[in-house]
Amino acid sequence: MLASDDDLLKQAEDWRRAGRDVAIATVVETWGSAPRPVGSHLIIDAEGNFMGSVSGGCVEGAVVTEAIDVIESGAPKLLEFGVANETAWQVGLSCGGRISVYVEKVA
Amino acid sequence: MDLSLLSKLNEERAARRAAVLVTDIASGKQRLVLEADIAADPLAVMLSDALRMGKSGVVETPEGKLFLTVQAPIVRIIAIGAVHISQALVPMAQQLGFDIVIVDPRTAFASPERFPKVELHAEWPDVALPNLGVDRYTAFVMLTHDPKIDDPALHIALKSSSFYIGALGSRKTHATRVERLKEAGFSDEDIARIHAPIGLNIGGISPAEVALSILAQITAKLRLKPDGTRA
Repeated sequence: MLASDDDLLKQAEDWRRAGRDVAIATVVETWGSAPRPVGSHLIIDAEGNFMGSVSGGCVEGAVVTEAIDVIESGAPKLLEFGVANETAWQVGLSCGGRISVYVEKVA
Repeated sequence: MDLSLLSKLNEERAARRAAVLVTDIASGKQRLVLEADIAADPLAVMLSDALRMGKSGVVETPEGKLFLTVQAPIVRIIAIGAVHISQALVPMAQQLGFDIVIVDPRTAFASPERFPKVELHAEWPDVALPNLGVDRYTAFVMLTHDPKIDDPALHIALKSSSFYIGALGSRKTHATRVERLKEAGFSDEDIARIHAPIGLNIGGISPAEVALSILAQITAKLRLKPDGTRA
């Protein structure tokens, strides 16, 4: 059962202790209508397996791709998604909101 | 995030202690502030505000833009009464991410066969509750209809900082309950904390529908401000 975002942090720890490389993505800011609240997590491993959500499905694919980069480089990234940002991203939030997602590796 | 920091955060959560992870978004620098250390922290006011609201978020500080990951303990529902409604309540509460415990001294009701997947205490409330670590993240649900069982639990609940207290029973049942509580020395203000009849009014009839209305009311109490607007 992974009902809460805190459970995901436990899952991230378990993955890491099992020897997997792991990144944690966290919604840090939202503007307008956003599907998942600030503090929501997505956890990702180096193979692209993921749990949780930062947008309810709209931008997870892109976050997973970025997270794999973060796992390789070790440097955290701040991602922004939204309708006004379509040049930077092929994906956006259909609801018209904007979200900022912090992605960090579990070292 | 360092694995050690992540482990500590998870450890605090397992022990039902609040903590705030402070992340400098620009540099990636992080530190964990435990509930007990908040008052002495340079960001004490911001941290305690964030914890009271139970909301993670960005704050602007002299140190720059920081993200606060607020981790409040998970809500624990203590249900008094191993009754039919409780059987529906357990899986629904667990699905919502709540922790749930059942207390009922009647062993015929509080049997593992009836409640296979939940912490079950076949004890009187005044015996079981002191060991359950009642705190402000605790919700009480009184479901036996039996004053001998519900009332001692109500006394403990009303003296605690629990955020939700609900008691099953008609308006008439509740009126007599209020009389007993007044006789026991509880004030009108204390008694006003009790949600009775229990649950949001959705016209529920079946045990699962009543459980749904109770969980909806607990969720509303958790998520809405006292004026009913979104927190």
